[in-house]
Amino acid sequence: MGFKSYCFKKSLWVFHFGGASCNNCDIEILDCLTPRYDLERFGILLVGSIRHADVLLVNGSINRKDKDRLLELYQQAPKPILVVAIGACGCTGGIFAEGNTFAGPVDKIIPVDAYIPGCPPKPEAIIAGIVKLVKSLP
Amino acid sequence: MSKKFLIPIGPYHPLQEEPELFKLYCDGEIVRDIKWETGYNHRGIEKLSESKTYDQVFFLVERICGICSTSHPFAFANAVEEIAAVEITDRTKYIRSIIGELERIHSHLLWVGLAGHFLGYNTVFMWAWKYREPILDLFEMITGNRNSYAMFKVGGVRRDIENRMIEPVTKILDDFKKKNDLLTGAVMDDPVIHARTKGVGVLSRQDIIDYAAVGPTARASGVAIDVRRDDPYAAYPLVNWKVITAEEGDVFAKAEVRLLEMYESISIIEQCLQGLRKEKEGDIQVKVNEIPEGIGTGRAEAPRGEVFHCVFSDGSNSPLRHKIRAPSYSNIATFKKSCIGQTISDATISLAAVDPCYCCTERLAAVYDSGSGRKLYNARELIGLSADRTSELRNKNDLK
Repeated sequence: MGFKSYCFKKSLWVFHFGGASCNNCDIEILDCLTPRYDLERFGILLVGSIRHADVLLVNGSINRKDKDRLLELYQQAPKPILVVAIGACGCTGGIFAEGNTFAGPVDKIIPVDAYIPGCPPKPEAIIAGIVKLVKSLP
Repeated sequence: MSKKFLIPIGPYHPLQEEPELFKLYCDGEIVRDIKWETGYNHRGIEKLSESKTYDQVFFLVERICGICSTSHPFAFANAVEEIAAVEITDRTKYIRSIIGELERIHSHLLWVGLAGHFLGYNTVFMWAWKYREPILDLFEMITGNRNSYAMFKVGGVRRDIENRMIEPVTKILDDFKKKNDLLTGAVMDDPVIHARTKGVGVLSRQDIIDYAAVGPTARASGVAIDVRRDDPYAAYPLVNWKVITAEEGDVFAKAEVRLLEMYESISIIEQCLQGLRKEKEGDIQVKVNEIPEGIGTGRAEAPRGEVFHCVFSDGSNSPLRHKIRAPSYSNIATFKKSCIGQTISDATISLAAVDPCYCCTERLAAVYDSGSGRKLYNARELIGLSADRTSELRNKNDLK
C-alpha cells in the first residue's frame, strides 16, 4: 500500500465547491448526506474548510469570476487531494460551455481524478463514483 | 466602546449551496449594514438562448435553476404560446400544473430543511429532506429524472401521465400527506423554533410594496399576490384552491405560509389527477408550425415568487431577445430592511427566510458597490467580453 492510498484509507472529508451551476448537483450532493443515502455512516463528512479536506468536489461550469478562486482553493488544499468533477457542467461545461463567461471546464484549471457525469447525477451515481475512485488508488 | 467590523459570509461557505458573498457591517453584535456581491454564478443564459432554437431553449431555461426547474420552462412556454397564439389542450394544462405543484412541494420542503439547518436544528433538516425523497421518486416515475424534468415544449408536454399511473401517484401522495402533517405539527408547535423565528426579520406590508417583493415573502406580510390567481395560466382556473397569507411578516410567518401552501399544492394535484381521468389519453400537444414575429410575455408562480419571461421573435426559429426576471432578484433587496438592526445570529435566518436563489438571479449586467463606488462590472464591459470571445473564436477557427 502506497502512502497516497494510506491517506485515503479511513474516513474521507469532503469540501464542496459549487461553481456557476444550476443548483441541481449541489442539492444532490446534500441529498447524499441526508437519511436515505446517509454517507456519514462511512465517515464521509462535508467540512467547512479546504484545509481539512481529503476530497474536493467541484460542480457547475466555471466562469471567469470562479476560476481564480478555484485555483486558489486547490493551492490551499493539503496534498494529496482527490478532485472529483460532478455533473455534465463540471466534466465538460455542458450546456453552458458556449457562454461568454465560461472559463472552464474544471480539468483545464486543476487536475481532476474522477468524473461523474449526469445532469444531475443521481446520489447513487455520486456514491458509486467515489467508491470507484477510492478503489482505483494504487 | 464597541468597534465596527465586517463579517464576510461566502462566497464558498459551507452553509450555502451556491456561491454568493454577503458582507455584514457590524457594530458589536448588531448588524448595521449589509451588502452582497453576486456574479459567481453568471452563465450568460439570455445570450445563449439567442443561439438556440425554441425547442432547445426549454432545456437551457430548465438549467437556470435546479430547484425551480419547471417554473422557467413554464413561463417561457407561456411567452412563446402567446406569440404563436396557441391554445393548449386541457390534458396538457393538468399535466403542467401537476409538475409545477410537485415542484413547489419539493422546493418548500427543501427550504424548511435548510431553515432548520440555519437555526442549528439539524433534526428538522434531516426530517424534511427524508420526506422530500418520495416526491423526487414521483418525479422519477412521471418524468424519468429526479431534478430536471424536460417535460415542456411549445404547445404541449413531452410525456403523458397515463391513466394507469394515477393510482400509484395518489398512493404516494397520501403517504406523504401523513408525514407532512407530522412535520408541519412539529415545526409549528416547537418552542425553540418559535423563540428563534417570531419577531425576527420582520417585513411590513409597506416594505414589501417598496421593495416589490413577490411570492411567499410577500404573502407572509399580508400582501396576497399570486400569479396563479392574478394572471391565470395552465389548470389553475379549473381547480379550487386559495392563496395562503399571514400577517406578521416575520420568519415564522414565512415558514407558516410555505408549510400551508404545501397542503394547497397537494389538493391542486389531486384535483388535476381527477381532471386527467376525464380527458383523452395521449392528447398532450398542439402542433405549432411556426412562431410569428412579435413579443410575448409569460409569467409563472415559482416556489419563490413570480418568474417573468419576455421573448422577442423575428419569425425565425430562435428568439431574437430573451429577457428573464427571477423572483429572488427583487426578494434579495429586502435584506436591507430585514437584517439591519438584528444580531448576527438572527441575520443568517433572516437571509435564508426569503429562500434566495442566486442561480436564478444572476442575469445582472451592471453591479456597483454603493459603499466604495467601485464598479464591479458594467454592461459595456460585459459586451466587451462577448466581443472578445467572438474574435477569439474567429482567430482560433480561422474564420473571416
